[in-house]
Amino acid sequence: MIKKLIASIKEYDTKDDTTPRSKKLFGLAALYNTPNEIIKAASEVTEKGYEKFDVYTPYPLHGMDDAMGMKSSKVGYVSFTLGITGMLLSLLMIWWMSSVNYPNIIGGKPFFSLPPAIPITFEGTILFTGIATVLGMLILFNQLPKINSPLNDTDFMKNVSSDKYGIVIRTEDNKFQEAEVKKLFLSEGAYDIQEIYFRESNLTTKTPLFDKKFIGAIIGTGILTAAITYLTLNYVLYSVVPFDWMWEQARIDSQSKSSFFQNKAGMRPPVNGTVARGFIPYEFKGMPDSSVKLLSNPLAVSKKTLERGQDRYNIYCSPCHGYFGDGDGRLKGQFPKPPSLHTEKSLKWEDGNFYHVITNGQNVMPSYAEQVKVDDRWAIIHYIRTLQRSKNATDEDMDKAK
Amino acid sequence: MSLDSTYTRELPLVEGKPTFKDIDNVIILPTETKPTKGWWIAFGISSSALMLGGFCLALTFYYGIGMWGNNQPVGWAFGIINFVFWIGIGHAGTLISAILYLFRQKWRTGIARFAEAMTIFAVMTAGIFPIIHTGRPWLGGYLLPLPNQNGVWVNFSSPLLWDVFAVSTYFTISFLFWGIGLIPDLATMRDRTTSKIKKTIYSVLSLGWTNSNRNWSNYERAYLILAGISTPLVLSVHTIVSFDFAVSVLPGWHTTIFPPYFVAGAIFSGFGMVSTILILVRKVFNMEHIITIGHLEKMNKILLATGMMVGYAYAMEFFIAWYSGNTFEQFVFINRAFGPYAWAYWIMVSCNVIFPQLFWSKKVRTSIPITLILVILVNVGMWFERFVIIVTSLHRDFLPSSWAMYTPTLVDIGLLIGSFGMFFTLLLLFLKVLPLVSISEIKGVMDGAQPTIHPHPHKSNSNGHH
Repeated sequence: MIKKLIASIKEYDTKDDTTPRSKKLFGLAALYNTPNEIIKAASEVTEKGYEKFDVYTPYPLHGMDDAMGMKSSKVGYVSFTLGITGMLLSLLMIWWMSSVNYPNIIGGKPFFSLPPAIPITFEGTILFTGIATVLGMLILFNQLPKINSPLNDTDFMKNVSSDKYGIVIRTEDNKFQEAEVKKLFLSEGAYDIQEIYFRESNLTTKTPLFDKKFIGAIIGTGILTAAITYLTLNYVLYSVVPFDWMWEQARIDSQSKSSFFQNKAGMRPPVNGTVARGFIPYEFKGMPDSSVKLLSNPLAVSKKTLERGQDRYNIYCSPCHGYFGDGDGRLKGQFPKPPSLHTEKSLKWEDGNFYHVITNGQNVMPSYAEQVKVDDRWAIIHYIRTLQRSKNATDEDMDKAK
Repeated sequence: MSLDSTYTRELPLVEGKPTFKDIDNVIILPTETKPTKGWWIAFGISSSALMLGGFCLALTFYYGIGMWGNNQPVGWAFGIINFVFWIGIGHAGTLISAILYLFRQKWRTGIARFAEAMTIFAVMTAGIFPIIHTGRPWLGGYLLPLPNQNGVWVNFSSPLLWDVFAVSTYFTISFLFWGIGLIPDLATMRDRTTSKIKKTIYSVLSLGWTNSNRNWSNYERAYLILAGISTPLVLSVHTIVSFDFAVSVLPGWHTTIFPPYFVAGAIFSGFGMVSTILILVRKVFNMEHIITIGHLEKMNKILLATGMMVGYAYAMEFFIAWYSGNTFEQFVFINRAFGPYAWAYWIMVSCNVIFPQLFWSKKVRTSIPITLILVILVNVGMWFERFVIIVTSLHRDFLPSSWAMYTPTLVDIGLLIGSFGMFFTLLLLFLKVLPLVSISEIKGVMDGAQPTIHPHPHKSNSNGHH
């Protein structure tokens, strides 16, 4: 297979016209040496009434259109029509997108305004004109691309695309007569006359466009291109950082591993000494209550404070200490009885000592810092004082009560 | 009375009276022979520059625009400077192809094909920058008015969008213009090549062109129409590029002189680049009799003219800034000339206005070495013009607390070098693959190529009577 390929890429001798030719004559071709000769010849052929003929030159000759009796080219009509179409389409696009489909308020400006639409409209006009001109000229008027013209690969074509001028009169012309045509050519000074035959492929009626191999190749290429594009784009646009819409991110999700840390754990404990918001660390934690000398009750005594203190005492303290501080809470022996709050020791205690016991705990009593907020503790302490006073009332207090 | 203008002595468009076969041989030879050592050296340099640019591009894509020197307030810098620079260079090609064709300046034939190729490669290089200067360049498709999942359309009032349409249209039309110009030449090459692969390729690309006059007639009309629409196209494209700046409110940008100023500047810089490359190419490929001193001299005249238009624009900007009494405008121009970027400003003025004045002298215009130096300076000066316009207006605008300096990073510079690499690589490939002079056109303007008699035959009717 490879050998065959390499063998076919041999030196191509321009004299080898390898396309198979039929025996059917396409036309007679004559070659001329100078521009004046070809112009005269062309005008003679026109005068004689031939219509199915053409002149072949390496570059356009001035006046040849006239000499051949040709009318002006019609490419301009196509260009103009499609140019105007382009202009209208551009304007329509801008107008529809900006004021009908999704009117977007930009700087308070009107949705559609002609002056800013002009640059794009202008470019659209030019684009359509240009494309129409090129495609119209090639496909519509020149019937190109056309690779199997009988003239391609002939010796005539090689001359005519380089430095000689030629005329071909085709056999399909009504007036075509081989001898007469040859005479006409020679009378105008042709230095060479060649017979051009149809190619085999010209005589078959199969349209090359619908050739099975060609269609197969097109479809195959299409499928292959589509598949490769789809798979590549799918990969690149969704899997390759940073084009992947931030689907892959360099972050640690909860409870996932992380290669960044030595123990590979994504979940980390807080740094030593971290406190919760609003947390006030208790500086006397774990110390004996005798060290507590600096704490003083920040709350003023008021009905509200006392009611709060009562409420909280009844919830948190009463199960062990009882409703009146006697230590006869409703636990009834399930938990060791606390000492009474009306002992001499308790009466002499500072508020700070009570605070320390609530916050730190003492002996069997655990710390109530989690359950009772700081302000509530001071309110409870005020209430304890009230209870103490109630059990150790002076005569003055009794008089006031009356 | 013919239009020959015999009262002016025109230099022959092709010197030395070569035959058509000689023309074929000389022009097609580079495509049929292996590259020379000189070509390989040039290709090595340009492809290294291209690879450097590709590497910097990969860095930019992966790490983002932070790799560039852009900051607040200088949000546009090298990326947009390079964009405007390369688009401007492209305009000379269209001017030579289209506008000089419309003006029937036959001397354009020697340089038109090459200039058009330059346009296409310059526009390809330029088109990269607007896409890569965004944060997510892979979403560049959103620039086009295509239905999308967000259900929104683009903003048609923005010059940035006009740019999208203008540059795409410009590339398409230039490519088509260049393409149809190539068809007859590819046919010539098809008919003389001895390599089977090349024959297949040329046969396909030349679309079966048979050099028939009926085809030539339509071809010429299409060519004229394309030249006719390319002319307003080239004017509109750089006008739209200038609108990127002119429709803003920045002092130094918001001025009505920008469209003609930019177009003149584009033609100026483009001709500078064309001349630079042609001087080198004509020597290397032995085409000095096709791309003659006459061509270079005419191009130098155009350089002088457009250089003076650019100089006029500089002076006018200063005058209007003073005349307007607008303190911000006045400050911007004084800052340009005497501020921290004054070195860039004076490079610009000397390379664009002062040095080209040497072209008044015919001796200078026809001297190849001096011309080469001056046109390289023109390229430098025009790059700096865009630098001055963009960076100085941005780095010190209305509010002094927002002022900052701009410094390019190595990635910026790498991308600039890479853009030159891309341009020259494509150009070098073009030189070896396609004919760099339009063979059919040059044959058509040689002495003795056109007939001197103009018969008007009367067609006989089918009976054969006159």
